[in-house]
Amino acid sequence: MKKIISGNEAIALSFGDSGGVFASGYPGTPSTEVLEEVARIGEVYCEWASNEKVALEAVIGASIAGGRCLSTMKHVGVNVAADALMTLTYTGVNAGLILMVSDDPGQHSSQNEQDSRNYAKFAKVPMLDPADSQEAYDFVRAGFEISEQFDTPLMLRTTTRIAHAKGGVEQKVKIKPVVGEWVKNVPKYVMLPNYGKIKHVEVEARLLKLKEFAETTSLNRIEMDDTDLGILTSGVSYQHVKEACPNASVLKLGLVHPLPEKMIREFSAKVKRFMIVEEMDGIFEEQIRAMGIRVDVGKDRISYCGEVSPDIIRAALGDAITKSASPVADLPQRPPTFCPGCAHRGLFTILSKLNVFVSGDIGCYTLGALPPISAMHSSICMGASISAAHGMAKVNAIAGRTEKPVAVIGDSTFFHSGMTGLLSLAYNAGNALVIIMDNRTTAMTGGQDNPGSGQVLKGEISQQVNIVDLVKVLGIEHVVEINSYNLAETEASIKKGLETPGPYVLVDKNPCILRYRVKQPMLSVDHQKCTGCRVCLKVTCVALGLVADGDKMKVQIDPNICNGCGVCAQLCKFDAMSVAKGREKQ
Amino acid sequence: MSVFNIVITGVGGQGVLLASKVLAESALACGLDVKQNEVHGMAQRGGSVISFVRIGEKVYSPVVMPGAADILLSFEPLEALRYVHYLKPGGMLVYNKVTINPSTVASGMATYPANVEEQIGRACPNARGIDALAIAKEAGNAKAVNMVMVGAVAKSLQLDSQVVEGVVREVSKGKGIDVNLKAFNGGAVA
Ligand SMILES: Cc1ncc(C[n+]2csc(CCOP(=O)(O)OP(=O)(O)O)c2C)c(N)n1
Repeated sequence: MKKIISGNEAIALSFGDSGGVFASGYPGTPSTEVLEEVARIGEVYCEWASNEKVALEAVIGASIAGGRCLSTMKHVGVNVAADALMTLTYTGVNAGLILMVSDDPGQHSSQNEQDSRNYAKFAKVPMLDPADSQEAYDFVRAGFEISEQFDTPLMLRTTTRIAHAKGGVEQKVKIKPVVGEWVKNVPKYVMLPNYGKIKHVEVEARLLKLKEFAETTSLNRIEMDDTDLGILTSGVSYQHVKEACPNASVLKLGLVHPLPEKMIREFSAKVKRFMIVEEMDGIFEEQIRAMGIRVDVGKDRISYCGEVSPDIIRAALGDAITKSASPVADLPQRPPTFCPGCAHRGLFTILSKLNVFVSGDIGCYTLGALPPISAMHSSICMGASISAAHGMAKVNAIAGRTEKPVAVIGDSTFFHSGMTGLLSLAYNAGNALVIIMDNRTTAMTGGQDNPGSGQVLKGEISQQVNIVDLVKVLGIEHVVEINSYNLAETEASIKKGLETPGPYVLVDKNPCILRYRVKQPMLSVDHQKCTGCRVCLKVTCVALGLVADGDKMKVQIDPNICNGCGVCAQLCKFDAMSVAKGREKQ
Repeated sequence: MSVFNIVITGVGGQGVLLASKVLAESALACGLDVKQNEVHGMAQRGGSVISFVRIGEKVYSPVVMPGAADILLSFEPLEALRYVHYLKPGGMLVYNKVTINPSTVASGMATYPANVEEQIGRACPNARGIDALAIAKEAGNAKAVNMVMVGAVAKSLQLDSQVVEGVVREVSKGKGIDVNLKAFNGGAVA
């Protein structure tokens, strides 16, 4: 019977059905639900690694030990894992190895819009690009077969509209997992230059074999129809093509690297207009043009930025697009924001007040950059907060500037790649104030466990790392715990950290209120005392709002939303906010 | 039947996702093809959320183009207005009248449009507003707003509403079938 599941759920299901035995990944939208679903199904061992490089390396070991394995991450995670990938392509595999990567065209929840197909080309590995949940399911099984047949890691690539879109899936007969031999093979797995040179030759030969395979595999197919227009496409773009041009002939690629040159040449010769529809980079088009094949419509008409849609394809062809009214203008925006009760709010309220330079990182706290708080001034990639602050401080010293930079980083990001930056900062006599928001979870991606949460992906209890101890071991003398809900104390601690020369670390251990379901007695506003000055509103909490009181607008707190953290109340100069009557904690 | 497009909008945390799931599962149970898709991630932190459910004999693209929605179901008035241009001419709009301040309003940088319902009515003359929060509370849980909203459109889906009710039962297993069914039925008569 068909089930309706997301691409991510389909990949997880197929991993268990296709003989998989080990999975390791690092959370990142839109890839996260794959491992969560493997854990929920509960048949195959899986874990969160501390970062993507560690995850891929663990999976390399699993393959060498003879188990079919899967590593999952978002597109930018591959940058972190790339060092492993670029030599893994030389060693090849023992048991089948799939690196699943989710791209995010349109940047729904990512810091950039990179196209992972470039990595398949760069690493000279085969890549599959499913077009719906059923293909996501089927391609995991096909991926293991290709990986083993060609002795290569295989990349399975999804995009947000595949990873999160739900569609019908028919399950296949389950393959019982068989763990192969744990082989010792020095020339295959030890990439000293002399062995590596031999392997590079093999990689090039493998790519030629994969090109032949691409010509005949059913993963690529031609749907011949009207020959006026022929479209080459893959992934979710295929679906948009079928919607926009139901009568066109289509060459649908499932294997997107390497390309089936003969097939493309023949197809393009049969159609009057040859079009390529690909999201983000023009990777197909560049290669196809280099083959000397004429392309009539492609990246000249479809943007490198954002997602493709049926209307974008229609417009590229000069066809009429769906008629619609224009969006209503000038509506207040609704960006994501700190949850009511989040500890990050207190910290950023003070950082905003102190007007320091905040070298930020990636997590819920990045929302501290949005107005009116506006207290984050750089955020590049995971882990960069501390290392970038270090560089700033060095240049500030050269320029004679005395201001000390503040780095803000979360626990998951600290474990991921912040620790190495802090080690380097301590070792190189750095001068930054580092604030670690240890909310005991990876909140931004939905609350996954990490080495500080004391629990592993499968739910079992594990040893909990104490960040304060860890920071000391890395060579930091001054480590102080703070409580960001107490604004006066937090301000004093930050000032002390800024005044003390050298590295200084503050750790806030308040748990994520969403993950750990923390709720304090809610507050209410005494309208006799509220003057309507609006100072409290700057904390940017959706529980706050204004209501008319006589001829004045005064603040009110929505009891359905207030989490009782009390940060707004501490900003009130008129003592107008207090725990609602009858709601005091017992 | 040509493809039937439903767009569901609201605020992160309101349960737009579960409502979408109920509609998609119902279509599947009626033997139809379905694609459901929403964008989450950053949107979870109280941001604006938009979800698509497409139902038909064969559905390709998971996205609904502006101007193509048969139904717009909005959990919040401002979000109804933000996405009202997704409706096709003569499309149906049902929205929850209970407002939630966006952070830009809560922080005093913007004001919530005072005449939001009037504006909705201008953009879509046959729009229907219901107090889903009151109905959900009446059913026993303020969080059941999503089931109220599903109930409010169940009869307009060209699906057997008994099937939809069965799916509501299925997804509520272990967490208050009675409350959700009450909410669903409350929405259906609202
Ligand atoms: C290399 C890389 N991997 C994964 C992600 C996805 N991601 C965004 S924020 C985040 C972690 C947030 O956790 P934490 O630092 O603990 O902060 P919190 O959200 O809990 O405040 C992750 C994994 C990313 N942006 N980059």
